This record gives sequence, C-alpha cells and structure tokens, in this order.
Amino acid sequence: MSIGSVPFKFRVSVDPEQCMVCGRCIENCSYGVFSKENERIKVNSRNCVACHRCLAFCPRDAIDIAEKPTDYRSHPVWTRDVREAIFNQAKTGKIILSGMGNAHPYPIIFDQLVLDACQVTNPSIDPLREPMEMRTYLGKKPAALSLKEFPNGDVELLTKLTPNLQIETPIMIGHMSYGAISLNAQTALAKAVSHVGTFMGTGEGGLHESLYPYQKHMIVQVASGRFGVDINYLERGAAIEIKIGQGAKPGIGGHLPGEKVCADVSCTRMIPEGSDAISPAPHHDIYSIEDLKQLVRSLKEATEWKKPVFVKIAAVHNVAAIAAGIARSSADAVVVDGFRGGTGAAPRVFRDHVGIPIEAAIASVDAKLRQQRIRNEVSLIASGGIRESADIAKAIALGADAVYIGTSALVAMGCRVCGTCYRGQCAWGIATQKPELTQRLDPETASVQVANLIHAWTDELAELMGAAGINSIESLRGNRDRLRGYMLDESLMQVLDVKSVGA
Amino acid sequence: MCGIIGVIDRRRKCMDGTGIKAALSMMNERGSGEGAGYVAYGIYPEYKDFYALHVFFDNIRENKGALDTLLERWGTIVHDEQIKTYEQPNIRKVHTPWRYFFRPDRSLMPKSTTPDEDIVTHLVMTVNAEKNGTLIFSSGKNLGVFKAAGWPEEVADFYRIQDYKGYLWLAHNRYPTNTPGWWGGAHPFNLLDWSVVHNGEITSYGTNRRYIESYGYKCTMYTDTEVVAYLVDLLIRKHGLSEKMAVRALAPPFWEEIDRMPAKEQELNRAIRLTYGPALMNGPFAICVANADSLVGFTDRIKLRPLVTGEHGDRLYISSEEAAIRTMEPDVANITMPKAGEPVIGRVVA
Repeated sequence: MSIGSVPFKFRVSVDPEQCMVCGRCIENCSYGVFSKENERIKVNSRNCVACHRCLAFCPRDAIDIAEKPTDYRSHPVWTRDVREAIFNQAKTGKIILSGMGNAHPYPIIFDQLVLDACQVTNPSIDPLREPMEMRTYLGKKPAALSLKEFPNGDVELLTKLTPNLQIETPIMIGHMSYGAISLNAQTALAKAVSHVGTFMGTGEGGLHESLYPYQKHMIVQVASGRFGVDINYLERGAAIEIKIGQGAKPGIGGHLPGEKVCADVSCTRMIPEGSDAISPAPHHDIYSIEDLKQLVRSLKEATEWKKPVFVKIAAVHNVAAIAAGIARSSADAVVVDGFRGGTGAAPRVFRDHVGIPIEAAIASVDAKLRQQRIRNEVSLIASGGIRESADIAKAIALGADAVYIGTSALVAMGCRVCGTCYRGQCAWGIATQKPELTQRLDPETASVQVANLIHAWTDELAELMGAAGINSIESLRGNRDRLRGYMLDESLMQVLDVKSVGA
Repeated sequence: MCGIIGVIDRRRKCMDGTGIKAALSMMNERGSGEGAGYVAYGIYPEYKDFYALHVFFDNIRENKGALDTLLERWGTIVHDEQIKTYEQPNIRKVHTPWRYFFRPDRSLMPKSTTPDEDIVTHLVMTVNAEKNGTLIFSSGKNLGVFKAAGWPEEVADFYRIQDYKGYLWLAHNRYPTNTPGWWGGAHPFNLLDWSVVHNGEITSYGTNRRYIESYGYKCTMYTDTEVVAYLVDLLIRKHGLSEKMAVRALAPPFWEEIDRMPAKEQELNRAIRLTYGPALMNGPFAICVANADSLVGFTDRIKLRPLVTGEHGDRLYISSEEAAIRTMEPDVANITMPKAGEPVIGRVVA
C-alpha cells in the first residue's frame, strides 16, 4: 500500500475576473506552476514554493497563494512537518535536504531583549546634530600601549599595531559563494559593500575575475575543500577567513551539486566542470587547535602578515572555550555563526536541531574572553539570524564588534525566503546558475537595494545609540546594562548577563 | 546634576577646609542634600608613609574584628582610631567612620612590581565586594575622604573639615539618582592615590565596568563614578600613561578630527582608540581626578556638563560653577572654559 499524495503546501489561485492571460506568470515561474490551456491560465499548485515571483510580476494582482490549504488532523506532538518528513523518508530512504535557516519555532532571544533610552538624568544625543561614530576596527588590539612622551609634548608610539579592517558601519555581508549564489548576486553585493564602506565574504567559491575591482572590500574564504584558493586569491582579499563551521549545519561539510558547476564556476573554484564540489566536514589538516594555529600563521606568512585572518565557527555548546582557543591562535577575529544562520543547502535535521542561538553564543564568548583577559586579542563578529537593526544593536550590546548579514541582504535583492535554494531554480536569479534565471537579477539595481538596506540600518543604529546617550559604537559594545530581558528565564539571563525589565 | 570643585596649590601650601566648604555650599542648587563629600591631600604628615584607610563600619562590635584580622594578615596596623565626628541635626550617623594607618607586607606579593599598591587594592576590592558591614572608602597615603548623606555644610561640620589642612582638595555636592542616602554612594571615590568627583552619568558604564573588572577591579558601589577611579589607576599606574594620554583614552577625539591630523598624530590617536575603546567614557560628565601630585579636570567629548577653571597665585581651581571658585577666591584670574574632552592639568612643582 503506497503512502499516496500528501496535501500540497500552497494553493495557487488565479482570479479569472482579473487575469488578462498575459502569460507573465508562466514566464516568471521557474518551478512550472503555470501553463496556458484554452486561453486560460492553468495552475499546478503542487509545484509552488511560494517564492512570489509570479505575484510580484502579475500586472493585475490576479494571483493569490494560500499556505497549507488542507489541514491534517491537528496534534500537538505529531505536527504536520513531522508527519510529512516521515512520509518523505519512508518513500526515499534519504536524508532530507533544506534551505535557508533554522525553521523550528524556537523562541527568539532577540525578541525578548529590549533596549534602553535616556530620560532627564542625561540627554539623548541627536545624530542629525551631533557626531555619531559607527566606525569599527576589526582585528587584534594591544592590551596596553607603550608611549614615550617628550617634554615638548611630542608623543612617540612604541607599540606596533597589527593590521585591522576599518568599517564605517558594523554591518558586513557574510560568506555566500559564487556557486551557491549567482555571479550577478555576488556582483550586486560587491558593489553595495564598496559603496557603503564595508566588507563581504567570498564564501568557499573563489573570487571571480569580474569581482577583482571590488577586492579591497572582499574577505576571501579558505574552507575545508580549499576551492578557489591560490596565492593570487589570498593576496587579493582585504582579509582571509578560515571557515571551520557554519551555523546552519555545524559539524558537517558542504556539497555543491555538479549541475551547478558550470564552466565559469568550475574556473573560479578550480575544479572540473560538472563535478560535485564536496567540502569535507573537518579540514583534513586541522584535527586540533594547534593545527588551526599553523594554518592561521601559514596564511599570514603567505601574505606577509599584511592581512587579518578570521576564523569562523558555528555556535555550538562549548563555543566560548573554542573561541578562547582561537583567540590564542594568532587569529584576528572570531566569527560566531548562530543556529539561525542561512545556507543554500543543509540537511534538515542539522539546520533545525544542531547548535545554539547567536545571542547566547556571543554573550558567553565575550564573557569568557574577558575572564581570560584576551578580549583584545580578537574581534568578535556575530552572524546567523540578524533580521533588523535592533538585532544588531542587541548583538553589539551583548559583546559583538560587528555582524555579518546574509539572508537579509538576499531579501533586499528580492529573495522571498522560500527556502528552496538547494534546488538551483531560484526564480529571482539569486541562488541559481541557470543563465535564463540569473539574468533576471540586475546587479546595478540590486546593489542599490542592498546599499539602501545597510544605510537604513546604520541610520537606525545611530538613532538607537543617540537615544541611549552613546555617541561612539565602542561604548555600546558589551554594554549589557543597556539591555533588559523580557520574560526570559533566570538561567538565560545569567548567561546573557542582563537584568530583567524593571530591575 | 551635582556640583564639583577642586583646587591644587602647586607649592603644596596647605589650606584648611573652610573655603571649599563655602564654595561647595554655594552650589546647593546642584544638590539635593542627600550626599556630599571632601577629599584632602596632605592631611596626615605624621603618618605620610602609611596607607590611610578610611572605613565605614555598620557596627563596630560585629565588623571591626574581621577587618583587623585581615589587615594584620596582610601587614601591620601602625595606628587606628575613630574619625572624630560632631553631631548634626540632619545627619543620622548610620555608620561609624574609622581610620587605620596601614603598612602592607611586601613579601606577600612577591611577583608584583607594585606590591604595596596591589595589596591595598586587593584588600579594598575584597572587603567592599563582601558587603558585610565594612566599606573602605579611602585608601591613599597622606590623604583622606570625608563623606556622608547630607548637605555640604552639614557634612563639613560633621567631620569638621575646617580642622584639616591640605594642599589639594576635591569636593562634591550630590543630587543622587542611583543610591540616594547611602554614604558609600557619595563622592569623592578613592582608590590608593586616586580620588574622583564626577557630575553626570556615564552611559558606557556597562562597557567600562566589564573592561575594568577583567583586570581584577570589582565595582561594588552601585554607581558609575567608581569606574573612573579604577580606569585612571589602570591607565596611569599599571599601563604607565601620562594624565594627558589617559584623558585622551577616556575622552578621545572624534574619528573625524583624527582623520584630519598629520600622519604621526593620526597613528597615535588611532592606536589609543583601538586599544582603549572599552575605556572610552560616554554620556554627559565633568570630572576632577586627583593624585598626590596633580589635579586633572575634563569633560565628555561633547561637553554636556559644565567645567570652569581659574587661577590665583600658585592655585588652580576647577569647578562646575565660576561662582563657586569666586566664593573660594574672589581675586581669581584667567577664568576659562576648557574644550570638550580637553584635560586641564595642575601639577605640584615642589
């Protein structure tokens, strides 16, 4: 007896009164939902992923998409998702693949933290009238300065500072490789970060030649597959990032299916065309912390100690101790990627069940580094699940120096978070390599949208800081006194080192 | 609000507390009668080589024995006595102020380059963090803090600060928002040689406190001013910065200004901001910091609190109000208002 069909996830309906049968939905849908039959639009709802491409381009607002039109018998334990996963695996016998970030309804800590503002006892600062400093330097800082002061007032700096990255906003764009996303998408991000004065990551996909003009704003990634890595690549980057793990799938590697490896991707990644690009779970030259140190120092040696080296890890239970180990490895920054971090493709069981939220991870890493008096040894970059400027303010108040955004930058380019990136059919031309789809994304327009988003968030951050009477971002960093927990439990508030609202 | 005033005599000529009491009282508009305090340098010449510990005991019988034992474990109590007080109608004597003259035993801190200071700091931090009826609120040599909950003139008369003679004074008239009525919350705050009076609210307190606590200092006074004393101790005593460079770290120039500086200066200021970012103090403040040899006044980077300086003969005055300075010295000259973040430094020459 077969399991048969399950109810479809989305019901697409076309209002015949409104529809003028222009066929734009048929052109735009890359999943084959629409077809024309007898001068009417015919719909196959089962193919719909709710990417809204059709909706966005329907000139008559004739399309409507309803989620979960058919109910299962409701049950608090045997949810729809659980039952459908079993049907799926009973049929296929395989690991279920998923896209984007964690989709499990865990409470979001950011939403249970509130920010502070000044009243009476000190004035809030108006960013339109007073300077508001958002500039941040990422990299190692000395613990103390050695200065030689002369009677005539001259001061000589004896301490030598190591290279830091200067950013004019604490917002950077995280690593999304060429391969996972299209070249047009990467180009749009590159133009945006160059315009705003911040940085983006290349991901583990090499650096395409056409992005060389933006290399001063690129952080080049070295991950376990070493795809695209050679001295030319390392030298072009403003900084180098070693990726150990990723919040969406801690503890496992990556897999770019061969069909996404077109000629151009193959050249950039330095792998044969059409071959699967498999990044192993661990780096096979890093089996312990001392091996990481060797890689950090080798990369520095290769680039003549001119570039900061970051190390990215997934937020796992012991993240604080791991980060403290990394801080001692000569690395200049630790990137901590929380369990809400997005991905092109991850096994569902990892995406939804492995790792910890970024809020708790940042709080415990910052506290551990301070406890060990090595907070100045590394910068701390938070990523995974940053959705709005308030999240950034809270992440910084919990101890982060800066944040990486990923999904939100894609959303700024049109992504509707349909979570189907792993199929390579992205109708918005973002997570696909199909030329007919990628050409839909105009890098010029998309870059303006991404830059707008970063500008808007930076302005909101400045307003939030001003309201709190703070005119320099370093005074927000780790300033947990300006946060209060709302309906958070005692033990979590201890981890976050915040007081309750009203306290 | 709060009102502050400081004065230093460059030749260490002593003045009694009469003048500063009058000056502080004339700023009563800035206070609320819930806290005032004074610190005077040079008041214990006969014990100048020993650390003068001023202590509030909640209950002599219960608390004093433990402190005596602790001090004797770490060194020698050269002399100790109750600090004389004189009943005032509006001051409820909730603590008994006591003074110890203490000599630390250096051999107990063999690895330290500044063993005496480290022992005293350790004692102050440990005792105050325990919060069981003993608070060491003054711990320098040849100096003493006198503070309580009340108006400036009442607190002055309570201790008869008119009877103390010092070459450097700081005083503070408090309008408390954090810990009204608590004697420990009144200014000046002191650690070793450092005393601080502060008008304002430090919005970066959470950042500053976590930074300073990672160096072993413990913030126990429930108020933001305390961190200033510890930051100054860290930057100047432990890191060896000059007063000027320490103030540069606490209230640095804006990046906009730094970007316009000549290359060498740019490099220096960038290094200061990168290294001491967590020590940067944000929010409105005017602060006077003193040690045995100098008096430093400075404000926040956009000067949200007033600070005025004046000179007369060998004396430098720093205060929230010109009128307060004029109360102390009617013939004061060179009244100036320092720029935001710019330190005014008075140093002894003798």
